[in-house]
Amino acid sequence: MPPPRPYTLVAELSYQCPLHCPYCSNPVDIAGDRYRAELETEHWTRVFREARALGVVQLALTGGEPMLRRDLDELVAAGRAGGLYSTLVTAGTLLTRERAERLKEAGLDHVQVSIQSPDPEENDRIAGIRSFEKKIAAARAARELGFPLTINCVLHRQNLDQIEEILLLTEELGAQRLELANTQYYGWAVLNQQALIPTRAQLERGEEAVQRFRARVGPRITVLWVLPDYYEDLPKPCMGGWGRSTIVVAPNGEALPCQAAATIPGVEFPNVRDHSLNWIWNASDAFTRFRGTDWMQEPCRSCPLGRQEEDWGGCRCQALRLTGDAAATDPVCKFSSHHDTVVGAREAAQTDELTYRTMRRQAGV
Amino acid sequence: MNRPRLVDGARLQYDDVREEHLLLIPEGAVRLNATAAQVLELCDGERSLEEIAAALSQRYAGADVADDVREMLGGMGERGLVVDAAA
Ligand code: SF4
Ligand code: SF4
Repeated sequence: MPPPRPYTLVAELSYQCPLHCPYCSNPVDIAGDRYRAELETEHWTRVFREARALGVVQLALTGGEPMLRRDLDELVAAGRAGGLYSTLVTAGTLLTRERAERLKEAGLDHVQVSIQSPDPEENDRIAGIRSFEKKIAAARAARELGFPLTINCVLHRQNLDQIEEILLLTEELGAQRLELANTQYYGWAVLNQQALIPTRAQLERGEEAVQRFRARVGPRITVLWVLPDYYEDLPKPCMGGWGRSTIVVAPNGEALPCQAAATIPGVEFPNVRDHSLNWIWNASDAFTRFRGTDWMQEPCRSCPLGRQEEDWGGCRCQALRLTGDAAATDPVCKFSSHHDTVVGAREAAQTDELTYRTMRRQAGV
Repeated sequence: MNRPRLVDGARLQYDDVREEHLLLIPEGAVRLNATAAQVLELCDGERSLEEIAAALSQRYAGADVADDVREMLGGMGERGLVVDAAA
């Protein structure tokens, strides 16, 4: 069977970021040697062309903070010229009206601004820096220029009780989409899991608020609400399946099937400096290793629900972190012999102390 | 829906790799058959539903397509992909 065609290229342009979110999914070793050298403009423009030729239509310009790339306008223009639909995924603090105008001229299609909380003080506490007002100004500038706007708020125990306010703020800003993504425990989020993991009651109230909002607002605003894995008994198809729809390229040029995959030991991630995207997608060990179903072990191999091609065995990075084996069944699955680790985490001791993301080198990480 | 237009940021594109029409939207793509693509191309916020149906009908040797066009745009409207420029 020929491999499926990818739809999305996630271009992580730079891991630099003015914010310090404790749930940041960037690798904890962002300050290390592995990420020192960022790709040049020419690398990215070639990658965009090769991505389109493979079938990619969506380009996410993300980071860290993509606004810190000096050649951002040029990269946006290259994406547009290459037939890609581009999204700027930004924390918003650097997206002034003037910068937004230039990006519009360059052909940017869509702006996504993250907020940490609908409450200014809480937002700034979670982000580890004053940023709320600039984010709101960025969102307004995007709308004034006619960009479709997505507001993104990563949810966790510290902000889940403010869903109502997040929904109202989204509506007031004139956004088309709201992504309420519950924290995924990769990168910095692992260090903060105890402060981030929500209670079931919080999730239930949150979900009710979302349903009321959807009923009132209709299709004008799409609200994405993803229940955190830890409260599920069957896994989600992580990234739509390994190597099935998405290519992530890290700032240093490493190509990965998923943003969190850099942590998987024994997999060598090919670099776009050395290989064509075509080879990376179709032939590299990194992209083919967990593609399809041949690599599966029990219980997936003889899944009682026949879900192999529905959830593709869940998340490889989660399997690795909770079982020590990246090829194991995702322990979120009730058929996994490690499912108790997930159930246990729901009740784990909780704290409100945050460890902030930083580019400074830290002892022990 | 009186004068339909694509929602802000939606963009029609022919995907020459997959050889199909797509409606590109924030973080997604809706696959379209050739007729749907033709209808959406006519949704410029100026033409009325009747005018769109008439223009399409011409291309199909005068066939009555009004109900199909209304149904298709109704469905697109429910998904938030097409909005009424007159509203
Ligand atoms: S999650 Fe926060 S710290 Fe991490 S890249 Fe996004 S804005 Fe920056
Ligand atoms: S056993 Fe594997 S395929 Fe079946 S539901 Fe669990 S994770 Fe999915």
